[in-house]
Amino acid sequence: MKTLARYLSLYAAMWRNSVTREMSFKLNFVLWIVVELLWFALQLVFMSVLYSHTDSIAGWSKWEVVMLVGCANFIQQLFTAFFLTNLTDISEHIRTGKLDFMLLLPVNTRFLVSLRKVDLGSYINSVCALAVMAYAAWRLGLTPTAAQVAGFAVMSLAGLTVHYSLMFLLVTSSFWTVRAQGVVYGYYNLFNIARLPDSAFPRGAFKAFFTFGLPMLLVSNVPAKVLLGKLGSPWEMAMLAGMAGACLGVSELVWRWSLRHYTSASS
Amino acid sequence: MTKYLHVLSIGVQNTLVYRVNFLFRAAFGLVPLMGTLYVWRAIYAGKADGEQIGAYTLSGMVSYYILVNFVDALTAVAEDDWQIAADIKDGNISQFLLKPIDYLAYRLCLYLSGRAIYTSVALVPVAAFTYLLRADFTWPADAGTAGLFLLSVLMAGLIQFFLAYILALLAFWVLDVSTFIFIQFAFEYLASGHLFPLDLLPAWLAQMLKLTPYPYLCWFPVSVYLGRVTGPELWTGLAIQAAWVVAGYGLARHVWARGIRKYSAVGG
Repeated sequence: MKTLARYLSLYAAMWRNSVTREMSFKLNFVLWIVVELLWFALQLVFMSVLYSHTDSIAGWSKWEVVMLVGCANFIQQLFTAFFLTNLTDISEHIRTGKLDFMLLLPVNTRFLVSLRKVDLGSYINSVCALAVMAYAAWRLGLTPTAAQVAGFAVMSLAGLTVHYSLMFLLVTSSFWTVRAQGVVYGYYNLFNIARLPDSAFPRGAFKAFFTFGLPMLLVSNVPAKVLLGKLGSPWEMAMLAGMAGACLGVSELVWRWSLRHYTSASS
Repeated sequence: MTKYLHVLSIGVQNTLVYRVNFLFRAAFGLVPLMGTLYVWRAIYAGKADGEQIGAYTLSGMVSYYILVNFVDALTAVAEDDWQIAADIKDGNISQFLLKPIDYLAYRLCLYLSGRAIYTSVALVPVAAFTYLLRADFTWPADAGTAGLFLLSVLMAGLIQFFLAYILALLAFWVLDVSTFIFIQFAFEYLASGHLFPLDLLPAWLAQMLKLTPYPYLCWFPVSVYLGRVTGPELWTGLAIQAAWVVAGYGLARHVWARGIRKYSAVGG
């Protein structure tokens, strides 16, 4: 309990630092929110253009897909808010030897490298995504029960864990490759798959890989389906939770193994 | 002229360093493309056999997206805009003002060499991908169409370059151009037909977009290839595209001249 309180107060201090940092470039802060909202709008435009030529895509109606796109964006924005900049910085810490300094601090190093900076704009964007989801729910005449909302929250958390663990796993590769920029770009492409309805993908290698390998077809489909009451079976929830646990476990094992073989860059 | 050939070869050598990075980039880029194509297949599966969407059959649609990918590999600016903006911010352009070399021509050489290398690397995964989808891929109707397509791609590349160049020159006036670049890119993604063929938009909206240079970056060359613009429409399209190249060049020169007057070699 005491440890938890200590880590919470540490995180609060990081929050304060981030707020100060962001507020020194106010215009930039607002413009980045605009950029992210534009990309979100673009995805919605794409879907509405598709639905101007069809009524249903693999059993998903227009507003159900809007819900899905909103949900995917919600999880992606939370991921950005908590982790993205920190994870992309890791390869830089390794390259410059700054990691040595962090290893010496009396806190869990993974906690520190994962959560050091907070991306405030992304919180605002995740609220926008929630607003779009609420609108879609209204258009569908949905009133989710408390159990559905709770299920959505837990499943979103599992989706967030998957994104975090996979990206963390990828950037730990920079212990060997030094530059992980390509990795970050590559992962961004995967977000594109996460917002497509899973039933559009026929059974096959592609679907299997993005379900059981890199579970992109689960991360936002399952939480959205919980809200929509579209789950094929409760097993889908168990699968996402299981994959989240597995990804987190593997990323922790690889992280520890990498640290044990870390010989520092320069300092 | 030889000095620019020299720049070209430097550009080739510099970008060759990133060939593995390029290969990954091109291969990863195919993942969202596959996702989009699966969604289109699902849409066509819900339609009667042979039914068209915006006058595209399923194979027409698949070919459209593959060609977009191809045009993108040939013309997209990679790091050029960031580098130009950094050159201005860091005062690196001072040396170009003193040397008998034209900065625009210099950047154009680097852009062309970068694209040549990227395309030759990206060709491996893109060709493999096209081979997988060969059943749905259409070849150009005749050699003439193919030639006009390449001409159109060349002009698209020039417009793309001038657009990036002009945007990067905003660095003369603002501290951070990256948000402008991203906002422009988001707009371009839609208006150039990258996300979906512009024929799927309501006619009035597509017509309005065609007043901007964006459709000529991607949608137009691909439409030329697919034989969707023919006759007088084809020739006026090419003429408009050429006009945008000239306008882009003029504006780039103009903005540069204005910017240089404002420029004060910080740390140069």
